[in-house]
Amino acid sequence: MRFDGTKDYVATDDLKVAVNAAMTLRRPLLVKGEPGTGKTVLAYEIAKAMGTPLIEWNVKSTTKAHQGLYEYDAVARLRDGQLGDERVHDISNYIRKGKLWEAFTAPELPVLLIDEIDKADIEFPNDLLQELDRMEFHVYETKETVKATERPIVIITSNNEKELPDAFLRRCFFHYIKFPDRETMQDIINVHFPDIQGVLVKKAMDIFYDVRDVPGLKKKPSTSELLDWLKLILNEDMPLEALQSSDSSKAIPPLHGALLKNEQDVMLFERLAFMAKREAR
Amino acid sequence: MFFNFMDELRAAGISASLKEHLVLLEALEKDVIRRSPEEFYYLSRATFVKDEGLLDRFDQVFSKVFKGIETSYGTQEEDIPLDWLKAVAEKYLSEEEMEKIKSLGSWEEIMETLKERLEEQQKRHEGGSKWIGTGGTSPYGNSGYNPEGVRIGGEGGQKKAIKVWDKREFQNLDNTKLLGTRNIKVALRRLRKFAREGAADELDIDRTINGTAKQGWLDIHMRPERHNAVKLLLFLDVGGSMDPFIKLCEELFSAATSEFKNLEFFYFHNCPYEGLWKDNRRRFSERTNTWDVLHKYGHDYKLIFVGDASMSPYEITHPGGSVEHFNEEAGVTWMNRLTNTYPAAAWLNPVPEKQWGYSQSVKIIRELMNDRMYPLTVDGLGDAMKELTRKQG
Repeated sequence: MRFDGTKDYVATDDLKVAVNAAMTLRRPLLVKGEPGTGKTVLAYEIAKAMGTPLIEWNVKSTTKAHQGLYEYDAVARLRDGQLGDERVHDISNYIRKGKLWEAFTAPELPVLLIDEIDKADIEFPNDLLQELDRMEFHVYETKETVKATERPIVIITSNNEKELPDAFLRRCFFHYIKFPDRETMQDIINVHFPDIQGVLVKKAMDIFYDVRDVPGLKKKPSTSELLDWLKLILNEDMPLEALQSSDSSKAIPPLHGALLKNEQDVMLFERLAFMAKREAR
Repeated sequence: MFFNFMDELRAAGISASLKEHLVLLEALEKDVIRRSPEEFYYLSRATFVKDEGLLDRFDQVFSKVFKGIETSYGTQEEDIPLDWLKAVAEKYLSEEEMEKIKSLGSWEEIMETLKERLEEQQKRHEGGSKWIGTGGTSPYGNSGYNPEGVRIGGEGGQKKAIKVWDKREFQNLDNTKLLGTRNIKVALRRLRKFAREGAADELDIDRTINGTAKQGWLDIHMRPERHNAVKLLLFLDVGGSMDPFIKLCEELFSAATSEFKNLEFFYFHNCPYEGLWKDNRRRFSERTNTWDVLHKYGHDYKLIFVGDASMSPYEITHPGGSVEHFNEEAGVTWMNRLTNTYPAAAWLNPVPEKQWGYSQSVKIIRELMNDRMYPLTVDGLGDAMKELTRKQG
C-alpha cells in the first residue's frame, strides 16, 4: 500500500514519505500548516486513493474525548423506563457509538480524520493517548472492551491554536505542509483546471504571489483562495487583458474578493493603488 | 544505529526519545522509504520533529551529522578557501553591516548574509551590469570567528544541487525568532485560566440531565458563565532606547488587549518611580500615583514589565537618579514594592538575550526580578507565561 498523491491532489515528496510511514506503521499522522493548504483534503484523498471509507470527526471547542468513544444516553433510558418499554432492561441499547468506535469496528479498514484537534480543550489529546496508542478502550456500562481488529489509518490536523502535549506528539508522525512554491503551485493548478490557458495561469500566479508579498496583509491568500479565484476568473470569462493590464491605476486585482478576506486588507490595497497612481503622474 | 544522530538532536534541543528512535528503525525495517538520502531525511524529519518551529534546527543537525552524503543529483559542494572568504567578506559587507551581524551573533548568520550577497552579485553579473561592491574595508580580525571548513550550500552548482536540508526552507518558523501578533496571541493564551464566577445564569445541561435521570423528576442545575479570569497589569517602557522596539511593543499590546478582559496598562520611562501615566502625550500632566496603582489592583493581578532595562545604574539605585525628574525614592525601592505586591511578575526584554551581559542595569533589574527576565521571542514569552501561571508559594 503506497500513497502517491491522486489525480486531484498534488503531494510533495516529503508528504508522501510521511503518509506512507504513518500508513505502514499505523501510527497517527499529525498535519499542520497555514489554513487553506489542504490539511483536511489530504485525509479525503488518502481514503480515495486507498479506496477505503473515511470516518470524519470534527473537533469543536466543546468536544470531549469520550464523545469519540461512546456516549450513554441516560435520558432515552429514563423515558423508556417511564413508558414501560422492554428495551430499558438492556443497557447496551442506550450506548451510542462514537467515531473512534466506528473506526475500530469498521468492516473495511477506514481512514479516521480527527479534524482541528487544537480546537478542543487542552486535555483532549491526553485523554485519547491510550485509545490511539493501543487502539482499544473499555465500555464501563456494558463491561466490554472494544478493540480494533486492524489499526485504522489516523490523520489528525491542527491549526496550532494550542500546544499539544509531548506524550501525544511522541506517538505521531508529524508533517508541516509549507506553502507551495511556484512549481508545486503550477502542478496544483494543472490538476484542478486542466484546460486553463498557460498564459492566464502565469499572469494569475504573478499577481497572486505579488499579493502574498505585500507587507502588512492581515490574512495572506493561500492555495484554496487561489483556486477559488481562478474558478471565478474562468466563470466570468475574464479576458486575458484584464489581468495583463499592469497599469498602475488598477493595482487591485480583478475579483479581489476571492483573494482578500479582510476589509483592512482591501483598504491597504486601495491605498497602495492610490499611491502608485500619484507616483505615475 | 544512528545513535549519534539522536544525541546531536537532543543537544540541539529537539526532544528525541527512544520511542521515536525505535519508530524510525521500525519504519526502515518495513521499507517505508526507498533507499535514498532524501527519503531518509523526510522520514526522520516526520519521526523526530513535532513542531514546525524546530524544523530549521533539525535541518542544521541533519546536515551536520550526515555531512558528505551525496544527494541523488550528485553534485558535491565545494569548500571555499578561507582566505578568499575573508577577502569576500571584507569586500561585500560594509562596516555597519559587520557590526550589525556581529551583534546578532553567530557565524552562521554571517555566512547566510554573505551567501545572499554573493547570489545577488552573481545575478547582477549574469545580467551584464557591473559588480557593485558596497566598499567596506573593515578588518575582520578581532572577532575571533573560525571560518575554517565552512561550506556554503549550493555555491558553484546549479539550483538543483542544493541538498534539501541545506536549503533550510523552514528558517522563518524557528521559535527563537521574533514574533508577530498571531504568535504573541498564541503565547499569551497559555495564560488563560477559565473560571466560572458570578451569578449562576447558564443552564448546566449535563448536570440537569444526570440529576433528572437519577431523581426521576426534572432537576434543573444552573452555573455561572465561563470566562477568562486572569488579571493582568502591563507596564510598558516608552521613549529613548525603546524606540527601535515600538512596533514589537505595539504588537504585544494589541494582542494582549484582545486576549484579556481584565487588562490594565501603564507607561514608565526606563524604571518605574512614584508616577506612571496612561497617555504618552500627556505624560507630565496626567500622572497616576504608583501608590494608587498598588492599592487599587489586588495581589491576584499578574504584573508584566516590558522594557529594555538599559539605563544608567544610578537611575535604579539612587534617589534623584531619574533622567526626567527628581525622584525622592530610588527605583529599587519602587521595583521592590511592585514585585512584593504582585508575586506573579515577569520582565520581558526586547533586547536579544545575548547582549544582556553587557549592560549593568540589565543585571540589576534581573536581580530585582529574581531572574524572571525573558527575551521578547516566542520561546521567551512562552517561558514568561509559564512562570506567571506557576503556583506562587
